[in-house]
Amino acid sequence: MNYLETRKYIIQGIFLLVGALFALRLFYIQVVDSSYKQAAETNAIKSVIQYPFRGLIYDRNGELLVQNTPVYDLMVIPKEVKALDTLRLVELVNLPLEDVRERLKKARSFSYVQPSAFYQKLSTEEFARIQDNLIDFPGFYINARTARGYPHQSLAHALGYIAEISPKQLEDSTYRGYRPGDYIGKSGIELEYEQYLMGKRGVKYKMVNVRGVEKGSFKDGAYDTLSVAGENLISTIDLDLQAYGEFLMNGAKGSIVAIEPATGEVLAYVSAPFYDPNLFTGKDYGKNYMTLLTDSNKTMFNRPIMASSNPPGSIFKLAQALVALQEGVITPNTGYPCNQSLVKCSHAHAAPSNLSIAIQTSCNPYFYQVFRALLNQGKSKNTYKDTALGLADWREQILTFGFGTELGIDLPNEKKGIIASTDMYNRVYGENRWKFSTIYSLSIGQGELGVTPLQMANFMATIANRGYYINPHIIRSIGEKGKPLPEYQKKNYTAVDAKHFTPVVDGMAAVVESGTGRNANLSKLGIAVCGKTGTAENPQGKDHAVFVAFAPKDNPKIAIAVYVENAGFGAQSAAPIAGLMIEQYLTDSVTRKSMEKWVLSREYLNVK
Amino acid sequence: MGVEQKVLGSSRVMSPVPGRRTTGNRMLQNMDWLTVLIYFLLVGLGWMNIYAAVYSPDNVVNIMSFDINSGKQLVWIGASLLLIIVLLVVDYKVYEHLAYPIYGGIILLLLITLVVAKPIAGSRSWLDLGGGIRLQPAELAKFATALAVSKFLSTINLRQQNFKDQMKLAAITLLPPAIIIMQNETGSALVFAAFILAYFREGISPLILIIGGSAAAIFILTLLIPKIYLIMGVTVLLALATWLDYRLLKRYKTIIALWAVVVGMIFSVDFFVNNVLQPHQQNRIKALINPEADPLGFGWNVTQSKIAIGSGGFWGKGFLEGTQTKFDFVPEQSTDFIFCTIGEEQGWVGSTVLIGLFMFLLTRIVMIAERQKSVFGRTYGYCVASIIFFHFLVNVGMTIGLAPVVGIPLPFFSYGGSSLWSFTILLFILIAIDANRSQDLAR
Repeated sequence: MNYLETRKYIIQGIFLLVGALFALRLFYIQVVDSSYKQAAETNAIKSVIQYPFRGLIYDRNGELLVQNTPVYDLMVIPKEVKALDTLRLVELVNLPLEDVRERLKKARSFSYVQPSAFYQKLSTEEFARIQDNLIDFPGFYINARTARGYPHQSLAHALGYIAEISPKQLEDSTYRGYRPGDYIGKSGIELEYEQYLMGKRGVKYKMVNVRGVEKGSFKDGAYDTLSVAGENLISTIDLDLQAYGEFLMNGAKGSIVAIEPATGEVLAYVSAPFYDPNLFTGKDYGKNYMTLLTDSNKTMFNRPIMASSNPPGSIFKLAQALVALQEGVITPNTGYPCNQSLVKCSHAHAAPSNLSIAIQTSCNPYFYQVFRALLNQGKSKNTYKDTALGLADWREQILTFGFGTELGIDLPNEKKGIIASTDMYNRVYGENRWKFSTIYSLSIGQGELGVTPLQMANFMATIANRGYYINPHIIRSIGEKGKPLPEYQKKNYTAVDAKHFTPVVDGMAAVVESGTGRNANLSKLGIAVCGKTGTAENPQGKDHAVFVAFAPKDNPKIAIAVYVENAGFGAQSAAPIAGLMIEQYLTDSVTRKSMEKWVLSREYLNVK
Repeated sequence: MGVEQKVLGSSRVMSPVPGRRTTGNRMLQNMDWLTVLIYFLLVGLGWMNIYAAVYSPDNVVNIMSFDINSGKQLVWIGASLLLIIVLLVVDYKVYEHLAYPIYGGIILLLLITLVVAKPIAGSRSWLDLGGGIRLQPAELAKFATALAVSKFLSTINLRQQNFKDQMKLAAITLLPPAIIIMQNETGSALVFAAFILAYFREGISPLILIIGGSAAAIFILTLLIPKIYLIMGVTVLLALATWLDYRLLKRYKTIIALWAVVVGMIFSVDFFVNNVLQPHQQNRIKALINPEADPLGFGWNVTQSKIAIGSGGFWGKGFLEGTQTKFDFVPEQSTDFIFCTIGEEQGWVGSTVLIGLFMFLLTRIVMIAERQKSVFGRTYGYCVASIIFFHFLVNVGMTIGLAPVVGIPLPFFSYGGSSLWSFTILLFILIAIDANRSQDLAR
């Protein structure tokens, strides 16, 4: 072999080297690097999300509360826009020229070839007008989808609303599977039951060519999935009662919560001032939302579960009585003098010779003495320590009524309220530096107490049930034949035995029969209402009026808490509202029109 | 060498030819059937992939239909079969004897084309033969030049480094690409650089190969790496070489000159790219460096081609299942970018099998070349291998982002009559020469 012939090895070596290099490079881009596969999918496979219908929401009687209504978006594909008459477009969509330019720019910067929303949520009239003219605007088209619609304008706070998912939520792994622009429950039931309402999305894989033209389904739809409509929800709300509550509270501030004692089902959930939920579905959603969020009446404040800093006032005496009976520090027949030197009593009355009379007269000195007997039981010789021990015991029992804890209603942002604790006082005053005289205002429901209207209503349900409650909830069934969630099917017993409720209930009946709750008296209709008025001290202004009740006395059907802000004594505003609500619920009508007129006149606000 | 010279000398004397029949039989016996088999494998696979490249699921057309490229390719393949028979039947000595006339004829054809051709996409390289049939003489120039240089090399001794002969060889090699560049077919012209491999085998200094390779490497590296690092690298490399072999110190002038030349080249690359190359060529350079800079513009071909191939994965998406090629994301899919189709639909396995087939073909051709008794036959064999290799290198290299986009086809595979015929002629002349190689000794 001459030496030139050996060069064949060099030449063949070059060939094989290049071949090996190419095979390696191919291995890298085909097997190792997956980015090309993704790029190919983005290129040629367009996934079209099939949005399911969001679940509907009905009231307890089958009335539709939330439905899906069609809305129309004006879409644009910048690439297909040709010879655009901008001025005519301005006229058509009725937007300023600058705005139109800005929207076009935004669409272009989003994508030149992909559609984007140019103008969302057209009204029906706008839709009709624009649709007729679209032929002159290549690149523009109408996309129909559904939005939420509310046929009754009621229950806005509890229903909540849906809106586009926020960038922050998109980053959250909880919301994996959502895409920018997707709608998601933002508050209320819509948020709490999002996973049921949203249904299951389907997806269709379409193949597109280099120009974005659809070329049929990918693999004959082998990977496509059908969308499954969201579950319908059956609410516990009685729409008639709810609407009537809103009618009564229109113009006032406060809450009404009504609960069916036997089931814990929320019958009415009024947070006043309220708003028309339809405000959050149109294209002015953002504007409307900001207006409501910033108004001085705090319209967006979900009062029944969030107004947690207000003391309950005199209604808390019922709890004091029950705990005292259970502890054995009083009997139903215990009498105390109405000693005004201990604490002032709001109105003159005879000395309460037993517990029922004390409740009926809401005697402050009586409950001062009850509470003292409760806290200072002589478990320690040191009066400070004795008070601290007593308070800890007392608190434990009070919590079993659902005070100071979240009741676990199926609505977001529930507050737990405040129940005074030894830790709290130790922090403020120092350990062993406070005793009964420091904290006696707890006895009449003032001081370091915060109770939400929901907790008040639940308290009534507990008394109506003589000793237990079922966690209040607003959805009774997921799907038409479903059941409530398991946590809404079990009874929570209080620390107080059933027998101790009788004298308290008797006292409450007397309150309505002949005490401060006479405005809620329905005896002419043959309904025995048990109730209790309260006045929550308000350092910022006029006191808040409270009335809690349940009816009928035997076999109760409704427990209710009415809270009217800045309305003074519970007797003048809250009691009549509660009475009317009970009447509406139990008889399906209201006969006492003069009472209704009094409530609507709002004159109670002027009573000094 | 001496023996071969004698054989060559004797072959010029026409010896009595044995009967046709016997010649034909011997020819069939001696034909390199393995190469023929690979040829038909490549052509057949190419045909199927051309169909896959033009396949459209919403308008399925039969693979034989003349409305689409695969149907037309079938005609070119059929014509190639006739061509093969003619090439094999013709007395093999014709190729050597008529090498210069064939070369002259093609040069003439190239010049005629330059004058009469109507520009198609800026290129004046297509000769309209009427009836919708067009011929690209630049394709035919490859085998003609291969014949001419083989003939020339069989008459001189390249090892003696005769300057005049070397210049003649350079002239024969560079005349066709010069005309082709004038036709604006730079890609086809570049192919003629491949002859350097054949000349290397025949005895030119390895320095030319090394210098050529280094120049190309410096060019590509300058584009990819900041100049300062490159200069530092070269300096360190030279310093290291001097340190390792102190004798180089005596030749410090050469070392410094070498350094200066390399640095000069590095700085002239920018000038070359920006001032010498045409805008579309500049873009192809830019696309090679960074296709993401303008994925919808000059980077489109490279980006989409890599996406198509890269999405194939290990096993590929299956025949006719490629979305990227099917839906026109890759341009020129049945011609220059045909490799994307196989990359996407047959995956790494299919691509590697194809590369393997080419490797097998190339090494086989080298083997065939080496067993030729004549310098002409051997040189021609190396020319064939070099031309096919260069096409393979640049065509596959550009689809996977390792070479700039140069519009030259993948041999036997790409759609197109001119290119298929050109490669068929190129290969089967070698097979004809090879089949008769024993006759030189027999005589």
